[in-house]
Amino acid sequence: MATDSVHIISDLCALLQRYNKEGVELTGPTALSADLNVASVEIMDLVMEIEEKFGIDIPINLLFDVEKVDDLAKLVQDRMGQ
Amino acid sequence: MDIFDKYSMQMKRHERVLKMGTDPFGVRMGRLYSTTEAKVNGRRTILIGTNNYLGLTFHKQCRAAAIRAIETKGTGTTGSRIANGTYGTHLELEHIIAGFLGRRSAMVFPTGYQANLGMISGLAGAHDTIFVDADSHASIYDGCRLSGSTIIRFKHNDPADLDRRLTRHNGQGACKLIIVEGIYSMVGDTAPLREFVEVKRRHGAFLLVDEAHSLGVMGAHGRGAGEEMDVEDDIDFVVGTFSKSLGGVGGFGASSHPKFDMLRFCARPYMYTASASPATVASVSEAIGVIQRKPKLRRRLWKNAKRLYDGLAALGYDICSQYSPVIALRMPSEELCFVAWNRLLELGVYVNLAVPPGTPNGLCLLRCSVSAAHTSEQIDEVCRRFAQLAEELLEEQSRVVA
Ligand SMILES: Cc1ncc(COP(=O)(O)O)c(C=O)c1O
Repeated sequence: MATDSVHIISDLCALLQRYNKEGVELTGPTALSADLNVASVEIMDLVMEIEEKFGIDIPINLLFDVEKVDDLAKLVQDRMGQ
Repeated sequence: MDIFDKYSMQMKRHERVLKMGTDPFGVRMGRLYSTTEAKVNGRRTILIGTNNYLGLTFHKQCRAAAIRAIETKGTGTTGSRIANGTYGTHLELEHIIAGFLGRRSAMVFPTGYQANLGMISGLAGAHDTIFVDADSHASIYDGCRLSGSTIIRFKHNDPADLDRRLTRHNGQGACKLIIVEGIYSMVGDTAPLREFVEVKRRHGAFLLVDEAHSLGVMGAHGRGAGEEMDVEDDIDFVVGTFSKSLGGVGGFGASSHPKFDMLRFCARPYMYTASASPATVASVSEAIGVIQRKPKLRRRLWKNAKRLYDGLAALGYDICSQYSPVIALRMPSEELCFVAWNRLLELGVYVNLAVPPGTPNGLCLLRCSVSAAHTSEQIDEVCRRFAQLAEELLEEQSRVVA
């Protein structure tokens, strides 16, 4: 599986499509709650899908710092490196 | 910028709810006729959503004990457990709980919410990892946050998912604490504790079970899901609440770990809050005696649960789980859920309206909870009113489609 950030971001955007009710353009700087209106409970479910896709665990205490798709990608990359 | 701006999403949602009819947060319980009937918003109503599983809130001996306690010990303790708030009766209640559950020791907290906060944040520290069931109660999540631990969420009731995560985690951090519930409050399903215990053993983790909705409800002696599934020896820590089957207010943690009582000096939600009132301690001490002496109450609870379950299933309602005193009906949309809940209230039936974020997986539920105190006639009457609702909902839907 690709571990470079470009691929991770595109994988994340694909997973995010389901939560993208207003059809916003999804890129690295897209903010999950401010731009996409993803509620915090939905973010938890999204994280389950990300964990499954990448075969990693993302501690939910690390999500408090996640604002943008880029932040999420960085987190995934860090966890894959462990 | 206003300090409340961050809640704009919630405010919009609340306004939308208000437009649909009665405010679900504005329900006022007026006169209580019994444990199962009250005047709600001015109308005589059957209560079938109060978690009063054994109907003990008006139990004669529990009331008498509370009144005696107020007369002799006053209305409040005006102090925390580590200062002037430990009375002889707090220690007696802890002794009663430990004896009932067959544990070395128990600690009493002012609410069940604080019991989870205190137990979890006391047990797990910055270097530990908590593995928490995805559908856990808010008090469990808040306890996890307060602990400062690494928090890993596993799929609801999925021991294989927990096993995978523990395997990936292997060797990192200090201790591992797994947290599940006995009966899950919203949907009414039960944790597969035997399978969880196997996973726990394989990975050398600790296991905490919140028996909030299962204490007094499951097990031959009412000790909860752990007793029912015969795994009590493998449960390291039990959390429970007084606010459901025991008909009071408060919560507890219990364990046989030899160092358990250290939490009295390390768990801040235990240390920095006033202790439970004398009346509460007295009624709960009495209530634990009642559930031990009266297994009949538990049998009646399950008989009632089956009667309501079968009645609602026959009407075609979509019930979320197997037989349980929590019977949650899945509604196809949030709008319809509000409409149905409002209509039930007009028909004189109170159930819980349960919608996200209080529910898992975006579920919109009419949540019923059964009591041993319900009569068969009341349950049949509730079913009749649900039948009327079902007819009206069908008409409503066909009108929308047409
Ligand atoms: C699973 C669970 N744990 C803890 C609590 C908190 O208990 P209490 O309401 O007594 O604070 C509740 C209920 O509110 C619950 O459902």
